[in-house]
Amino acid sequence: MDFNLSETHLLFQQMVRDFAENEVKPIAHEIDEEERFPIETVEKMRKCGFFGINVPKQYGGAGGDQLLYTIAVEELAKVCGTTSIMLSAHTSLGMAPILEFGTEEQKMRYLPRMTTGEWLGGFGLTEAAAGTDAAGQQTVAIFDETTNEWIINGSKLFITNAGQAHIYIIFAMTDKSKGTKGITAFIIEADRKGFSVGPKEKKMGIRGSATAELIMQNVRIPAENLLGKEGMGFKVAMMTLDGGRIGVAAQALGLASGALESTIDYVKGRKQFGRSIAQFQNTQFQLADMHTKVEAARLLLYRASMRKQAKLPYSTDAAMAKLFASEISMEVTTKAVQLYGGYGYSREYPVERMMRDAKITEIYEGTSEVQRMVISGAILR
Amino acid sequence: MDITVLVKQVPNTAEIRIDPVKNTLIRDGVPSIINPDDKAGLEEALKLKDQFGATITVVSMGPPQAQLALREALAMGADRAILVSDRKFGGADTLATSTTLVAALKQLKSDLIIAGRQAIDGDTAQVGPQVAEMLDIPQVSYVQKLHYDGKQTLQIQRLVEDGYYELEVDFPCLITVLAEANKPRYMHIHNLVDVFSREIEIWDFERIKPDVNQIGLTGSPTKVKKSYTKGVKQSGKIVEAANAEEAAEAIVTKLQELFMI
Repeated sequence: MDFNLSETHLLFQQMVRDFAENEVKPIAHEIDEEERFPIETVEKMRKCGFFGINVPKQYGGAGGDQLLYTIAVEELAKVCGTTSIMLSAHTSLGMAPILEFGTEEQKMRYLPRMTTGEWLGGFGLTEAAAGTDAAGQQTVAIFDETTNEWIINGSKLFITNAGQAHIYIIFAMTDKSKGTKGITAFIIEADRKGFSVGPKEKKMGIRGSATAELIMQNVRIPAENLLGKEGMGFKVAMMTLDGGRIGVAAQALGLASGALESTIDYVKGRKQFGRSIAQFQNTQFQLADMHTKVEAARLLLYRASMRKQAKLPYSTDAAMAKLFASEISMEVTTKAVQLYGGYGYSREYPVERMMRDAKITEIYEGTSEVQRMVISGAILR
Repeated sequence: MDITVLVKQVPNTAEIRIDPVKNTLIRDGVPSIINPDDKAGLEEALKLKDQFGATITVVSMGPPQAQLALREALAMGADRAILVSDRKFGGADTLATSTTLVAALKQLKSDLIIAGRQAIDGDTAQVGPQVAEMLDIPQVSYVQKLHYDGKQTLQIQRLVEDGYYELEVDFPCLITVLAEANKPRYMHIHNLVDVFSREIEIWDFERIKPDVNQIGLTGSPTKVKKSYTKGVKQSGKIVEAANAEEAAEAIVTKLQELFMI
């Protein structure tokens, strides 16, 4: 058992840290204030090869492992929650299902242009009436035998990278009578006729992230755009979300870790009653708790990443990592704001943004409650 | 084109703290980086490679841990990495370092050798020029801008105190580059993932066979008497003159004012 990162992981961590510090952090405040998607960062990330970290080389990826990808999301989230989830949604939700369930032909058609970042990826499962309960899907797909096409109608809510992505994994009912076994996954390109994107959501946090509704009105896609098998969509969704949880856990950990680092610097400089607030025992004990929780979350997350890499069952590990990392992220960022005092509440300082960004990690890609269902289900089996 | 880039691994002086009691530098735990001027030199090489195609060899002289700097250079896009390393090379001043590097460089075909202006830990700015002299090739130091159109010569802007020179230089040649010349690219993730399985060639004494009396501590005439923080230098004064005669008169007047003539 080895708890140390390899030299490759360490060098990679240093590279992403430099990139995050110099390219992402300087605009993190601005894109939050302006609720603007950081398209210029996407261009810079493309030049460094960020969009195919854990995708095999034959599809244009870097051929790296899961842990490298986890580290990338974590390091980006330390300075900007928006940028980190853009990468996570693209990788874990957009590309992973194609890699896992796609035919060789589908992989060759989509992945080489996704790994370069020319095409970003997105994922549409949630609907107005179907969130945690995926079986409530209202989006339907009907097969037109005369043209060998699927016709898709419906809409998807709160979709990350909406309008920025070119490739969306969309779930639709192909047989309502079968419940979750009647759900099928499809690959839909953004330029299909009848496909449109609604207005950007006004959110509490990750405000630069492009979150919007996807609307499909008689969208016709060829039969070869079906992903996996007919009726297999629920499995595609659940297995994809297992991986997505690693991405969100990495985002949550990064936010907590970034807020903690900022707070450590701040308390050393801030003086009250003639000494730095770092010299007060309350500050010291709070920081000790925050640091311990961040490290514990990191261990859970790295273990889940390594189990996924080793092709071991990791669903429960990912759920625990996501549950714990997101909850401590909320706690640590809230404490960071408290330690900053009045300045923490000001939008001029980064910790209030991190606190707002942290909240979503307890909600998307399976709420904390869903994670508890997954974990308890595994131990009570 | 074959380009050789000389790089030095240096402590990241931005992260060095000073021991408040002993008033000395705390070097422990300070991360090592590629010297900034050298990294800018590598970026110029990579830009030439992007544009015209080139094989880039990075060469460093240093202890085994300097391999990390070479790996970073490979991950940025260099093709080949050579570490000139042997206990016999230890304790070298700039002259002995240049002598050692030249012994290695003579075994490489280079149309262009790029070095950084100077290293942030020594600040001598001597190794690049010494290497060029020993190889007897043209050199341009303090390069702030480089232009190449794929033909016979390199067009260069060389920074001087009150402006810059525009120069043209034939191949093979050596240039020393300023950190301000560009913003070096990040390591590319696709290169980085495999970079620890790439080969770093270790060239030792036997491999390059330099004159044993000219290298290491023995070959180093420099003796450090003391080190101190240098004073702030005033910036130069520019005198506008209409013609050469007026300019000469202004200089004579100034020298007389200073009782120098």
